[in-house]
Amino acid sequence: MEHDPPGPPPRTEFAPGPTGGSDLVAALGEPAPGAPGRSLVPVPVPREDPHPGESEEGGEHLAGRVSDVDEWGRSEHMRSIARRLYDPVYSRWFRAEWEGLENIPTEGGALLVANHAAAIPSDAPVIMHGIEKELGRPVYGLADNFFKRVPVVGTLWSRLGGLPAHPDNAYRLLAEQGQLVLVFPEGSKGPAKTFDERYQLRRFGRGGFVEIAMQAGVPVVPIAVVGAEESMPTLFRLPSVASLIGAPYVPVTANMLAFGPLGAITYFPAKFKLRVLEPVTFNVPPDQERYSKSRVMDWSEAIRDRIQNALYDMLRSRESVWFG
Amino acid sequence: MIGHTRSARRVLVTGLGSFWGGRVAQALEADPEVDVIVGLDTTEPTVELERTEYVRVDANYSILARIVRAAQIDTIIHTFLIVDPTVMSARAMHEINVIGTMNLFAAASAPASTVRNVVVKSSTIVYGCSAQDPVWFREDTPPSRPARRGVERNLEAVEGYVRDFAQDNPHVNVSMLRFANVVGAEIETPLTKALQLPLVPSLAGFDPRFQFVHEDDVIRAIMFVLQANLAGVYNVAGDGLLPWSEVARICGKRTAPLPPLGTTLITEPLARLGVVDLPEEYLQLLRFGRGVDNTRLKDAGFRYEYDSVRAVSAFIESVRLRRTIGTGQPSYRYERDVEQFFRHSPAVIRD
Repeated sequence: MEHDPPGPPPRTEFAPGPTGGSDLVAALGEPAPGAPGRSLVPVPVPREDPHPGESEEGGEHLAGRVSDVDEWGRSEHMRSIARRLYDPVYSRWFRAEWEGLENIPTEGGALLVANHAAAIPSDAPVIMHGIEKELGRPVYGLADNFFKRVPVVGTLWSRLGGLPAHPDNAYRLLAEQGQLVLVFPEGSKGPAKTFDERYQLRRFGRGGFVEIAMQAGVPVVPIAVVGAEESMPTLFRLPSVASLIGAPYVPVTANMLAFGPLGAITYFPAKFKLRVLEPVTFNVPPDQERYSKSRVMDWSEAIRDRIQNALYDMLRSRESVWFG
Repeated sequence: MIGHTRSARRVLVTGLGSFWGGRVAQALEADPEVDVIVGLDTTEPTVELERTEYVRVDANYSILARIVRAAQIDTIIHTFLIVDPTVMSARAMHEINVIGTMNLFAAASAPASTVRNVVVKSSTIVYGCSAQDPVWFREDTPPSRPARRGVERNLEAVEGYVRDFAQDNPHVNVSMLRFANVVGAEIETPLTKALQLPLVPSLAGFDPRFQFVHEDDVIRAIMFVLQANLAGVYNVAGDGLLPWSEVARICGKRTAPLPPLGTTLITEPLARLGVVDLPEEYLQLLRFGRGVDNTRLKDAGFRYEYDSVRAVSAFIESVRLRRTIGTGQPSYRYERDVEQFFRHSPAVIRD
């Protein structure tokens, strides 16, 4: 693109931000009085009554839909099937146990942040299913976009409430729709680590999760998860295979040695314990374009420390990997 | 700007021979505030027009500056942008899109230019389509990755010219509309062709979500920004995102999954055989889909008549009707002498 005219970056006055846009429109346009009702163009109306009184906003429940896939790709039908199939895994296999659930707000947006582990992360479904079961609130999980590129898996993930991790997605869910959003700030570095590094938190990205929570004006709720590490421990990684197929990592797990090919998808029945820590609120105005990087990183580091310390605390009192 | 009254408009429409230009010109003719309508194209208009003056030009508008000056044009509606790569070669498309737009803005920014309003029809294709995309693109969301494919790169260059022009000419009201997948009774795109096949092509294991806008809303949106004097960039797309499988089902079709790897080994022969031409842009769309945030135009006061579901059902209804009764009316043919007679002969009584 070197030969292109040295144009300005995408963010210019001409392409104003979500907040600046309406100002520009107001300044230049002054949306013509009575514009909505004015007949602008004599276009042929194909049906007599094009909209039999229902909501224009949101577009979540449009008439004439033949599936229940919402705007995020989530399907309540698929969720309920998955809930039924997954519940035995959650309550019998992993025997998940929560403490501090009262720290999760019962309404309004909140960003759930947890440590991430196991070759195929078992923590995301446990947290999503658990909160839905215990609190009756849906949780949208943000994941690496690698998911989206895998046929079937990507579609299923999306139907079950997964989304590609993009700041716009998180902002919209948190600020505009008041939903619970789950992120793993370690990203794929968490599940990629080998068994000897278990419960050692990786770097929390570049603090993007703090920035999003600040922008959306919602609290961060840290969650410490014990059990995921032992459910599918990685013995070593195959980096050359990973770069060949474009995956973030390709693990060889203890499960594969124990169960053969089936081990690629079978977890060990490690006991899951989840501790929800106190919500972290930021005293900053929402919707700023940028926040002080030092503040963001300080918070990111502080939240990481809290989860790390909670993990140490939980591990100190754990008597058995399998029975808790 | 409140109470800003403008005198009668003198409008130039590019792409008069296309669906877009023709329909816009028809809508303009119905607006009593529009005084003069000049339509440019390389081909003759395909719809009947009463008072629009058609000027045949070459693909890149070399005589444009003269027309703008001679007709004292104050409003330009630039619809002549090709976003369907199946209808012509990449080189021809570049000539029309990039060079055409460049010449258009060169003419509009000539010294003593009378142009005060510009509306450009762009496409949400400019956002690209990849796994990293957000579910909704806002007008200021940058594409997730640099543009690689033909139409994307064309539109990127075009939008660059539009931005430069808007910055260099602050006295001109510049608005740019990015349209999502357009469906309707008339327009033909790779998607509308795919949806008319007995089996709708899809990619195995993928069921991305699509957003549609009805062609009536397209024309209404263009007229709306013109009449409301809006400036800036606006996404134009109906509410709601529909999984591709659901789109096919609304059309009463089943999907025919193509292998997600090596897809071109199948689509290229299909294109050769004339079954369906799914260029790379659209294959990518069948993989990841695309959604855009339409709130900015709604906040400005625009009301859609169709959401995505209604747009698709209206489209398939008109397809069914056409299949039964044919196109309904004899197709219009532009006859220069006849048109000249009605427009300029003293024998014709005009009000």
